[in-house]
Amino acid sequence: MSIKDKPGKQPGNRPGNEPRNLMKQQRQQAVRSANLRKQKTAVACLSMAALITGAVLVFVFGYIIVRGLPVINLRFLFTAPLRMGREGGIFPAITGTLVLTALSILIAAPLGIGAAVFLTEYTRETGFSRAIRVGTETLAGIPSIIFGLFGFAFFVIYLGMGWSVLAGSLTLACMMLPTIVRTAEEAIKSVPLAYREVSLALGASRWQTVTSVVLPQAASGIATGIVLATGRAIGETAAVIFTAGSSLRLPHSLMDPVRTLPVHFYILAREGISPENAYGTAAVLLIAVLLINFVAHYTVKKLFGGGGAAGE
Amino acid sequence: MIPVCWKRWRLMKTSRPKFKVEAVEFSYSYGDVTALKKVNLGVKKNSLITIMGPTGSGKTTFLRALNRLNDLVGQTSHSGKLLLDGKDVYDRGTDVADLRRKVGMVFAVPTPLPMSVFENVAYGPRKKRVTSKGAIVELVEKALQAAALWDEVKDRLDMPAQRLSGGQKQRLALARTLAVEPEVILLDEPTSGLDPVSTLKIEELMKRLAGSYTIVFVTHNPQQAARLEGEVAFLYMGEMVEFGLARELFTRPRDRRTEDYITGKVG
Repeated sequence: MSIKDKPGKQPGNRPGNEPRNLMKQQRQQAVRSANLRKQKTAVACLSMAALITGAVLVFVFGYIIVRGLPVINLRFLFTAPLRMGREGGIFPAITGTLVLTALSILIAAPLGIGAAVFLTEYTRETGFSRAIRVGTETLAGIPSIIFGLFGFAFFVIYLGMGWSVLAGSLTLACMMLPTIVRTAEEAIKSVPLAYREVSLALGASRWQTVTSVVLPQAASGIATGIVLATGRAIGETAAVIFTAGSSLRLPHSLMDPVRTLPVHFYILAREGISPENAYGTAAVLLIAVLLINFVAHYTVKKLFGGGGAAGE
Repeated sequence: MIPVCWKRWRLMKTSRPKFKVEAVEFSYSYGDVTALKKVNLGVKKNSLITIMGPTGSGKTTFLRALNRLNDLVGQTSHSGKLLLDGKDVYDRGTDVADLRRKVGMVFAVPTPLPMSVFENVAYGPRKKRVTSKGAIVELVEKALQAAALWDEVKDRLDMPAQRLSGGQKQRLALARTLAVEPEVILLDEPTSGLDPVSTLKIEELMKRLAGSYTIVFVTHNPQQAARLEGEVAFLYMGEMVEFGLARELFTRPRDRRTEDYITGKVG
């Protein structure tokens, strides 16, 4: 709207102005209908986008489930594979996935949260903290195969871990770190400054303030970050083949090689060993990821109640 | 050489600090913005002083320098002395947590920590490593009673503190501070967001507590400073313009700026 439209500026009831008023009305009418058209187009486009997104999800999910579900039964879940996976179950792969993921969370979560607390609570914005931040952001963008290569060269060869649960977990932990640090940082930053000030003013140390006020408030956000990172780690294939190997046997120690579900799927499908069992594996993985997300979401909500810093 | 030492020794031996809190030519600045300019001020033990002044006059800076909460802000500098019991709070050896236990603070915006009423008050003692359950319960009750909140919350101590009313929240903040058993209490415009009745309650509390605590009360409101009686300091643009007993300062202000402020011409 321009200045002309302001009612005070227009001496409306002077006779000479009538044609001008008429024109103005017409113009406004045109603008209004144009706006309406734009509005309609926007709604159409946006709803299309939402619909397509939903459809893709349903299609991918449905396809895997429809092809995989017939293979899944208790025997498939709880027995070892026979003849390279042509027959039998996927128990070692399920175990491998669980162990590898759990261990990588155990390694990455404390490190990531620690780094985030340090960056937000213990340093002012300096060159050092900025460098770390840029570093983690870069790390987040690196393709997983590079992590695999690094893990292979460093953990597997240089540190002599061989293809093992430990090497795989460490590599996955490296991949998870950036996500955890970033989300934890955001969660911690969203805790109101006033809480920190109150805590400090009551004679609490910085560390006490972090543990009893800041972290409890940021917990739900941090947990969300960990779940996100876990989702990425659990489906990781390339980095795992390089570092944890693809043994079909059940691991007995941290130094044993394992095969995870995505790796199993990849090998079954790639080598054409058994497409049916490959889809079965994929379906199990998909359901596991969904389950983890659902359970984690529910637990976080239950424990911390909705939003992170929903205090003020 | 010897007489100098002797003098010093005599001084240390004999002179107990006259003031509980004393600022000597104390200046404070954020980067290149000066917030306090050579402020001189002495507060006697167990007395009430009101610092009044318009927004941006440096009142809050003074308080936050005193309990060193301004340490959180980067790039600050100060000169002169800010003494608590004759010791500079900015001395290297100062234990900041300990200082903040001695110098409690109530903020302008009442911010209960996101926990229950009980836990809010127990927070300070717990951080002081008071572990006995009985001692904490006792401290909490005593503090809530001193802050005139006990009767209103005694049956719902487990309620989230966020659900208290504004006035109650501010009295909770006071109780929380009292539970740490401070010697000095700083109040930073504690009534700025409260209704007149809640404000009155806080003011009455202040007068009652003044006998046992050294209270530094900051307000932008001259009427409130007058109501609180005691001593009044007028801070304007970082300068300590005038300092004296309330009835003298309000009836016969010595400085033109004070007169303008209390008559409402500026500020």
